[in-house]
Amino acid sequence: MKLTREATEYLTVGLLAAVLLAFTMTLDPFRLNNVGKYLSFGFVAIGIVLTWGYGGVLSLGQGIFFGLGGYMMAMFLKLEASAPELPDFMVWSGIEALPVWWEPFYSLPITLVLIHLIPAVGAYLFAYAIFRKRVSGVYFAIVTLALAMTMTVLIVGAQSTIGGANGITDFRTFLGMDIVDDASKMVLYVLQVLVLFTVMLAALKLTNSRLGKILIAIRDKEDRVRFSGYNTAHVKAAVFALAAVLSAMGGAFYSLQTGLIAPSLIGVVASVEMVIYAAVGGRLSVPGAVVGAILIGFLKSYLSETFPEYWLYFLGSIFIFVVLFMPKGLAGFFDRLRVGRALGGEAR
Amino acid sequence: MSASMQMARDPEQELSIRNENVASEETFRVEDLSVSFDGFRAVDNLCLSVAKNELRVIIGPNGAGKTTLLDMICGKTRPTEGKVIFDGEVVSGLPEYQIVKKGIGRKFQTPSVYEDLSVFENFEISMPDAQGVLDSLFFKRDEAIRERVSRAAAEVFLADQLHRKAGTLSHGQKQWLEIGMLLIQEPRLLLLDEPVAGMSPREREATAELLTRVANGRSVIVIEHDMDFVKRIAHKVTVLHQGRLLAEGSADEIQSNPKVIEVYLGH
Ligand SMILES: Nc1ncnc2c1ncn2[C@@H]1O[C@H](COP(=O)(O)OP(=O)(O)OP(=O)(O)O)[C@@H](O)[C@H]1O
Ligand SMILES: [Mg+2]
Repeated sequence: MKLTREATEYLTVGLLAAVLLAFTMTLDPFRLNNVGKYLSFGFVAIGIVLTWGYGGVLSLGQGIFFGLGGYMMAMFLKLEASAPELPDFMVWSGIEALPVWWEPFYSLPITLVLIHLIPAVGAYLFAYAIFRKRVSGVYFAIVTLALAMTMTVLIVGAQSTIGGANGITDFRTFLGMDIVDDASKMVLYVLQVLVLFTVMLAALKLTNSRLGKILIAIRDKEDRVRFSGYNTAHVKAAVFALAAVLSAMGGAFYSLQTGLIAPSLIGVVASVEMVIYAAVGGRLSVPGAVVGAILIGFLKSYLSETFPEYWLYFLGSIFIFVVLFMPKGLAGFFDRLRVGRALGGEAR
Repeated sequence: MSASMQMARDPEQELSIRNENVASEETFRVEDLSVSFDGFRAVDNLCLSVAKNELRVIIGPNGAGKTTLLDMICGKTRPTEGKVIFDGEVVSGLPEYQIVKKGIGRKFQTPSVYEDLSVFENFEISMPDAQGVLDSLFFKRDEAIRERVSRAAAEVFLADQLHRKAGTLSHGQKQWLEIGMLLIQEPRLLLLDEPVAGMSPREREATAELLTRVANGRSVIVIEHDMDFVKRIAHKVTVLHQGRLLAEGSADEIQSNPKVIEVYLGH
């Protein structure tokens, strides 16, 4: 029996979620926490599949949105950890009153809303302004890269209000619950897998809908789409905003999982790494992107500890290899197996 | 001489029949349209008007500004001077997608279809309804949609190709597909840039009939080089040369016009 492409995708997502949940029984808390960390990047990679793989819009600045989500969550956690005092880095810098823009982050509901709303609105307005001017392709990638760079510079410069190069750290409770003990890490992990599962299903729904086809059409022949009555700048900006929201969700989970968010995690290098996750997993595959994030994340933890000075070269080589020999990444490789087997079966 | 000239029908008589169908009301007009690229005037002070039910053919040597004229009508290129008026409304200056919504459809000189999608999907996403982001996310492919796609496909001879990837179609079939993608939008002005380029004689013959049929109820502008084909379909011919209007009239008048022979047909 030959499964359709769509059915195979849903099946893979289900399988992947099952394996991720099974990790709770097989991995020790430390490793599980590491997988949770890689999964935060899985959210980003899914967004990259939608914008780049489908829409043809390459962003080298997804770290910006990852950072927005991560920082906003960390601000909430830090306020809780420091109450009733100010966050420690403010005290050290001699700040006496909390900056007004920190105020909303006393409230969890407001924080959660802002984590989604700010990236969505910001990304949409930014991207729409750019796409309307017909800037796309490499130029768009460069603009996003420059923006990621600017953002890290700004954060590093703001030692007193946002923690500068050290980032925000030293928070260990979430609504009074200890988040560093093993039991709550487990809860957090399961929660994250469930959210990721939902996101993967939604992304599959999108790629298989008419919107998914429109994105492919925009990627291949934007002019034709435009002259079929679509406002392509709006469509691309909307998907870019969705990807930004996914990145921010990943960032928020990252802060919760690791107890740390810092400029180095959201800058240019980090942003390029995020694209590599999607490229390795397969830029047209939703589950592939998540697998790519786990795989490269794991290699990174392992290799950057053992051979710290070679990690970046290694990562670069993987990227070049994938671009040259596996343009559809791991997912493309397995897809060929599936189609090949189906054809073989028919021949018999 | 080509096949279309040798056909038994009397071209004179056919032309007069077609002219009777041409209603005199004008739906589309460009006024003093000009565009210059770094000082070079690709289209220079052009006036043109096309009636409802009319099939107008534009001819002219390479670089005459034919494609550029269509680019300005559909909003791809901004005119430096002049305006485009459609149904009494100035459309020049509107964004492309709004010009499309006013009822102007454009086919490009090189066939533009979505090669990675199936023929069915090519039609489906060209349909003018549910073009918003959320609308297309929750779009349901129901029987009515299938029906509309099948009808459009049948009209452009692709009824049995719906499940093929568009990238695997022949050049001529891609031209048809793109025309079909426009027809499914039910435009009232159809702009076709060299629609039969790369087609076999049989495909051309079929396309000539198709174009004659679609001109019924709307206005059509076709750019074409092959005079035999032009004579076969044109109600009226406009000749462009170096961005300017050189002559306008019936195909026969144009063919015997000494100025036209000198710059274009004589070659
Ligand atoms: N965007 C542009 N920038 C600069 N020059 C242009 C541009 N578009 C067209 N031209 C020039 O305008 C002139 C008219 O080009 P156009 O494509 O309209 O010719 P055409 O009549 O369609 O020719 P063909 O029969 O070869 O298709 C050409 O000399 C072309 O080089
Ligand atoms: Mg041309």
